[in-house]
Amino acid sequence: MLQLLLTIIIFLIIVIPVGRYMYHISIGAHTFADPVFDRVDGVIYRIGGVDPKKGMNWKQYALALVGTNAVMVFIGYLILRIQSIGLFNPNGIEGMEPTLSFNTIISFMTNTNLQHYSGESGLSYLSQMLVIIFMMFVSASSGYAACVAFIRGLAGKTKDNVGNFFADLVRITTRIMIPFSVVGGLLLVWQGVPQNFDANVVVETIEGTFQTIAMGPIAALEIIKHLGTNGGGFLGANSTTPLENPTILSNLIELYSMMLMPGACVITFGKMVRDRKQAAMEAAGQNSVTAPALNEGRSLTARIYGREGRSIFLAMGLIFIIGLSVCFWAESQGNPALANAGLNQSMGSMEGKEVRFGIAQSAMFTTTTTSFTTGTVNNMHDTLTPLGGMIPLLHMMLNVVFGGKGVGLMNMIMYAILAVFICGLMIGRTPEYLGKKIEGREMKLTALCIIIHPMLILAFSALAVATPGGMEGITNPGYHGLSQVLYEYASSAANNGSGFEGLADNTYFWNITAGLAMFFGRYLSIVIQLAIAGSLMKKRFVSESTGTLHTDTLSFAIILVFVVYIFAALTFLPALALGPIAEHLTLWS
Amino acid sequence: MNNTKSGLLHNIRQAVLVTLVLLLLCGFLFPVVLSGLSAVIFPHQATGSLIEVDGKTVGAEYVGQEFTEPYFMKGRPSAYHYNTYYEDAEGNQFYNDGSEFAGLSSGSNNYAASNPALVERVEADIEAFLAANPNVTREEIPADLMTASGSGLDPHISPASAEIQIPAIAEASGLSEDILRQIVADNTTDKMFGVFGEVTVNVLGVNLDIAREMGLIGEVSE
Repeated sequence: MLQLLLTIIIFLIIVIPVGRYMYHISIGAHTFADPVFDRVDGVIYRIGGVDPKKGMNWKQYALALVGTNAVMVFIGYLILRIQSIGLFNPNGIEGMEPTLSFNTIISFMTNTNLQHYSGESGLSYLSQMLVIIFMMFVSASSGYAACVAFIRGLAGKTKDNVGNFFADLVRITTRIMIPFSVVGGLLLVWQGVPQNFDANVVVETIEGTFQTIAMGPIAALEIIKHLGTNGGGFLGANSTTPLENPTILSNLIELYSMMLMPGACVITFGKMVRDRKQAAMEAAGQNSVTAPALNEGRSLTARIYGREGRSIFLAMGLIFIIGLSVCFWAESQGNPALANAGLNQSMGSMEGKEVRFGIAQSAMFTTTTTSFTTGTVNNMHDTLTPLGGMIPLLHMMLNVVFGGKGVGLMNMIMYAILAVFICGLMIGRTPEYLGKKIEGREMKLTALCIIIHPMLILAFSALAVATPGGMEGITNPGYHGLSQVLYEYASSAANNGSGFEGLADNTYFWNITAGLAMFFGRYLSIVIQLAIAGSLMKKRFVSESTGTLHTDTLSFAIILVFVVYIFAALTFLPALALGPIAEHLTLWS
Repeated sequence: MNNTKSGLLHNIRQAVLVTLVLLLLCGFLFPVVLSGLSAVIFPHQATGSLIEVDGKTVGAEYVGQEFTEPYFMKGRPSAYHYNTYYEDAEGNQFYNDGSEFAGLSSGSNNYAASNPALVERVEADIEAFLAANPNVTREEIPADLMTASGSGLDPHISPASAEIQIPAIAEASGLSEDILRQIVADNTTDKMFGVFGEVTVNVLGVNLDIAREMGLIGEVSE
């Protein structure tokens, strides 16, 4: 318990400077490292023919994002297919089969990192670098770029300019991703993560047998895997393996790497919205905003997170803590089936977990990886207890608890809009959010955006359990089989990428359906969300009145949590009842 | 019309060129530079923290191994037998239990908590363990020793799992229990700052020390 508390407190402290830095990058403000990065970016802009000052409207921005990602997919697919060439391939890996290549490339471009292959036998070092590591950088940067553009839309300084996609992509990559990765990567190597281009090592043990030990540029992949909330491992068993995650310190480095950016995104949002308010105040010549619940200058948390950012951060934090507690409790209870077999369960349910992480850090990692949509695992989720496994499943279904690479924030804003709409109906006022009226067009888009996610999960799950192609993948008997299917599509649609790894998913059926779920889960949401931002931008700010629902308060954060849970219950409860809940009841009966 | 067309072409050009530059930067330069830096600053870790005995590589500090001799400490069950295998005269490769070596792998059986196969495997392992350690009762066996890790490569067991193996190892190796306890203590890592993580015993480290104490091997160097 104490270590979980400390782990969270440390996160709350280190996220502050990172949020500040990210905010400066997002608004193009000065940072200490500008002299170096301005030159690097300048060279890239010149080669690419990019004019960073040329703004785009939301349609151009979305088009540039999708188009650039399409180019990346094309190049990546090509490399996977021809990876058997002798370049950076000391272990003699063969080329990848077409449907598996399709699934893999969509998976990494959409920042899902669902893996239907095993890194040890499926990818050459060339593919690990030019496809996997490359995609991990740019898919994360693309996501943050979309998020920054979305916030610019909401913070609305101009009527249609959401920024330049190429400039955002480059700036986020060079100023955040690469420098953080170099430092973090070195820390991981220090802790014992290999980083070399050697072939796998075969050793003769002291018993005279042999052992193969994996080598390769593992640390480079490992750090961006977490920093970009990507999640796809170098090796089949991901961050459970001592090669990817050898010590408790490497575990914490990886944990914080994946938590930092999504947390920082919320801070960036809060600060950018505050800037807009201040600008509006100055323009109106007012000295104070009407009826603020807390004075901005005096409240420390408001100054750090921005008032609007604070309530969003709080709502996300509450859901996270609730999930973590349930997961930790469920895993601590152990497995009654093993207790019946006479195995002492006082250590908790240790099947699929590493001794060095134990129950606490495993529950922490599990909840974090699915909340921040990373998908890396330090224990096997398929072997979690039913309720312990329901938490990661649920958090991917919600897809709003911080979320990866900015999209979690965008999704949460969808729920915030829904919440002000519902509250608006109750008090009989036109709903407003961030000083803009929420009207028919925004509500339609919001509803569409919120409904896509459960539709992808439930429709594909239904398809899988109704067809022989889908049923063949299920490897655990009983209710857990349904959980395996739900988990796969929830992970795909939420662009998470963790898996109930028992699922035999490298088949045409699973490769293609999961690929489609990932594709639509990513791009439909991003385009719709940018459309909402574009639509809100065009509106005039309404001045606050006594009837305005304040969205920067504790009560709004709690309303938001309830809206998220109620919506999830309405959509997913039947499926959860048939999967993990039924399994729990039979196991403990 | 012409304008939008050239605009589109310009956009495609930007997309392709920016992609190629980033491909070079993130996909090639970053891992190569990181490898260079690691090789200079942390050469031992960068090459996999390999352990040498008498000039020969016998394992890696952070990767568990499967042990079968009665005088060695046993680790946790592994779905892939820690990638440990032997070769017959024709060069065919087998795991210690005689099944065919699957090639370098990692992972677990992925048995759900409710899967009867899990109970079966654990019961079989408990029986085998009790047979090898006759002075231990079923209730004393810690859970980690009978459950598979997620990676199948877990180098550690809990201190309790090390302690209950000591009497049987003492008998098989001829070393005193005190020496063995000292060896276990030498290979035990505490929680970080006394708070984070768990107390762990490195099984390979213990067995290297046992082998050296028994005179089977010479000096260990890392």
